[in-house]
Amino acid sequence: MAKASFPGGIHPPERKALSTRAPLVRAPLPRRVMLPLTQHIGAPAEPLVNVGQRVRTGEVIARAQGMISANVHASITGIVSAIEEHPVPHPSAAVGECRALCIVIDGESGNADEGHGELKQKDEWLRMPPLDWRSSDDATLIARLRESGVVGLGGAGFPSAVKAQVRQRHAIDTLIVNAAECEPYITADDMALRTYANDIIEGARLFARLAGAERILVGIEDNKPEAIGALRQVLKNQPDDGMLLVTLKEVATRYPSGGERQLVQLLTNREVPSLGLPADVGVLCHNPGTLLAALRAVRDGEPLISRIVTLTGEALARPGNVEARIGTPMHELLAFAGLQPERLAKLIMGGPMMGVTLDSTALPLVKTGNCLIAATSEELPPTPPEQPCIRCGACETACPASLLPQQLYWFSKGREHDKAELFNLFDCIECEACAYVCPSHIPLVQYYRASKNEIHAREHEAHRAEHARHRFEFRQARLAREEAEKQAKRQARSRQLKKPPPATSQPAGDDLQAQIKKLRIAQAAARAAVKKAEKTLARVSEPGQSGATDLDDLETQLATARENLQATDARLAAAQAQVQGTATNDQDTQPR
Amino acid sequence: MSLMHASSPQARAATSTGQVMRWVLLATLPGIATQAWFFGWGTLINVLSAAGAGVALEALVLRLRSRPLGLTLRDNSALVSGVLLGVSLPPFAPWWLILVGMVAAIVVAKQLFGGLGHNPFNPAMVGYALLLIAFPVPMTQWAAPHGLFGPDASSLGESLGYFLGLASPADAMTGATPLDAFKHKPQAVLASEFWAGEPLPPGTLNAWHSAALAWLAGGALLLFKRIISWHIPLSMLGAMVLIATLMMASDPSHHAGPLFHLLGGAAIFGAFFIATDPVSAATSRKGKLYYGAGIGVLVMVIRSLGTYPDAVAFAVLLMNFAVPFIDYYTQPRTYGHSRPNRGIKVKRIDDDEGAQ
Ligand code: SF4
Ligand code: SF4
Repeated sequence: MAKASFPGGIHPPERKALSTRAPLVRAPLPRRVMLPLTQHIGAPAEPLVNVGQRVRTGEVIARAQGMISANVHASITGIVSAIEEHPVPHPSAAVGECRALCIVIDGESGNADEGHGELKQKDEWLRMPPLDWRSSDDATLIARLRESGVVGLGGAGFPSAVKAQVRQRHAIDTLIVNAAECEPYITADDMALRTYANDIIEGARLFARLAGAERILVGIEDNKPEAIGALRQVLKNQPDDGMLLVTLKEVATRYPSGGERQLVQLLTNREVPSLGLPADVGVLCHNPGTLLAALRAVRDGEPLISRIVTLTGEALARPGNVEARIGTPMHELLAFAGLQPERLAKLIMGGPMMGVTLDSTALPLVKTGNCLIAATSEELPPTPPEQPCIRCGACETACPASLLPQQLYWFSKGREHDKAELFNLFDCIECEACAYVCPSHIPLVQYYRASKNEIHAREHEAHRAEHARHRFEFRQARLAREEAEKQAKRQARSRQLKKPPPATSQPAGDDLQAQIKKLRIAQAAARAAVKKAEKTLARVSEPGQSGATDLDDLETQLATARENLQATDARLAAAQAQVQGTATNDQDTQPR
Repeated sequence: MSLMHASSPQARAATSTGQVMRWVLLATLPGIATQAWFFGWGTLINVLSAAGAGVALEALVLRLRSRPLGLTLRDNSALVSGVLLGVSLPPFAPWWLILVGMVAAIVVAKQLFGGLGHNPFNPAMVGYALLLIAFPVPMTQWAAPHGLFGPDASSLGESLGYFLGLASPADAMTGATPLDAFKHKPQAVLASEFWAGEPLPPGTLNAWHSAALAWLAGGALLLFKRIISWHIPLSMLGAMVLIATLMMASDPSHHAGPLFHLLGGAAIFGAFFIATDPVSAATSRKGKLYYGAGIGVLVMVIRSLGTYPDAVAFAVLLMNFAVPFIDYYTQPRTYGHSRPNRGIKVKRIDDDEGAQ
């Protein structure tokens, strides 16, 4: 294969050794967890529990709403003490903090051995039945993924179940395990691979089967020799699994080689089309943590209630990686890693490039939180004041997407959004390489984001009437569905009373047949409409580039299509039952 | 405990604009030293007074625009403009010439357009061009290469006298530049005869060549430190060499060779220090190639057809005009696009929707 590469890139100090010296350990159980309902891209989940209710570890406490959404599970055993708004880290790290509805659970302590110091906290599990993925069918596996709330743990937070259904939309030939982990400081994937290489490869095989991929490529930067060694070991001992070829691909360390598009280019020499997905070129990317979580969900019946998170930075006495329950307050994690509060100047979630500073240590760990950096002020000093752009071109040299960051900056700042779009603003992956090298310390990506947001807002404004119409259509469809179901029920009831409705006299039988035929056609059309709406939604939501309102609108359209389908289903079932009712007059309705 | 809030990225390369400009200043030292060595104290006086005037004028304008002084002055860009204009002016130029030039450069060309980063034209070259048009006589009197300490050299005191306008340099102290002399060569005289007639004060050509090589050394430093990229110098000098070679090939008796064009004037200095001014140059790497080549072509056109002997300033300013145009047509191909965008289209038609 030709040596593929991407332009630009930078070599910031890696500082990974800080957190790889200690082995991966379990963080102590938190006394209280705060579980936001939006830890993923898409619609918030809806609470299923009430305040005061007792929940066990692994119990679903909030259910996914709409297609792009994910379940939330109790991560400890205890009592739901509140369902209220709290400041939480936003699922897409770029946004930083926001307020969101959270379910708060207070842990329950068991065997109250008075006078024996700390009480041991109870951890009572509710697991799903284990599945053997090799012998389960696709629908079961996808349902399991959906049930267990697995989302992309690399930072994107895209629901994995939706991604697992990629086959319906695209032909996939390659599954890439994105273990590049190119951001400085972060070692969560590195440590996960060192500890669980076997499970991760198994998870990759699972996803490869669901996607119909023929090969698995594991992309990893060459600065992780231990993880590479562990992978080699696993690949050597793996039984030959039919056709599937698993290849380890080391790539040179250069930020941002772990950018999805960059890694696809590095490993396959294919370019993901602008505004497209890797799936458009037959590639599916997954982060090792996600694969691990997915495998555990299937094999062990364990929903996503914990993750591996890097705790690092010079304000910590014992930096390292821990497996922590989702919802654990960050200060507990930091305290576990030996936080020296007087040295802490900056708390960062994510890496130093794309991560965000957090204003408080009281925020909970969320599904997408891969790293916490407790930095001293010398370590990551405050941003120097912004100076004018001297158009030196350093940013252009660093850009992995071959953009002209200085032009984008110029247009974004001057709010010439159409020109920014002409210079491919939407192809910027927000990797921050340009801002890293800028001698004038311009926070370039902030400008791009502002510009993108404004463009989204304008588009939303333009589509406002359309969105309103979609919502109206949805309400209409729901009413129609309810009406159809009601009618079907009425008919069923009247049949149960063995009183054939007056309409079903013999001559009406032909009429009924024709009606059923019509309904069948309508059902097929409604099904196609649902498929299409799902496809559009999945496509638009995955890159994480579109505004929340667009997603809402697409979810509404999908819901409308589903209502229509249900309504036709109900009508069809009723009509069929009627035919049967007239034919074998005293048979009960068949559940269809 | 109060935590620091900062926009991403949290880590940054340890560079700053002030530092970039410091490297530029450092890279001018060999050129300045060589020019002073050959042409005397006047060069140093020019550089220092122009740089001083640059900083003072910038401070003044910032005060008038009520902008904070410290941060802007620390970017060192006024200093750079001053130094670049200073070395371009003839040694022994009077103080008012320098001041007028710096007012044009800093106040008009830079600050009136909004300050650093907003100036479409190279400030030092605006100053230079204005002086050349307004005061052609003092601007074309270059110093004779008498050196700093030679028997004929002007002392520091005398040089200061010329600067303050207390005296003007004697005829023996001045001379034409090689380009100027060659330009005014009578039609009937062949190139070889012209040079045989020793048209310049002795040592002039050597002085110019040495200065050009010193600027080349400074330019190499900038390239090495990646302050500038190779695109503009290479394409500009390449274009000049190509055209000069063609012209000499067509008529060797009336045209100077490529080496003379490269080393006899401000070509090297211009290629590495003037044309590469990032603010007013083209943006993309490809654009820079066109931009540099355009300057090279214009320099040769003006030198051979125009009235000005050395043409770097005008060529640079003319190409500054063309920069927006070049920028629209030289976008690189962005990742995921089959071809680069070209020209100014207001809005792409989103055909993504229709494809479904
Ligand atoms: S690196 Fe900064 S100063 Fe240089 S061109 Fe880019 S935005 Fe401008
Ligand atoms: S943030 Fe965008 S413009 Fe900047 S280097 Fe990355 S892709 Fe290029």
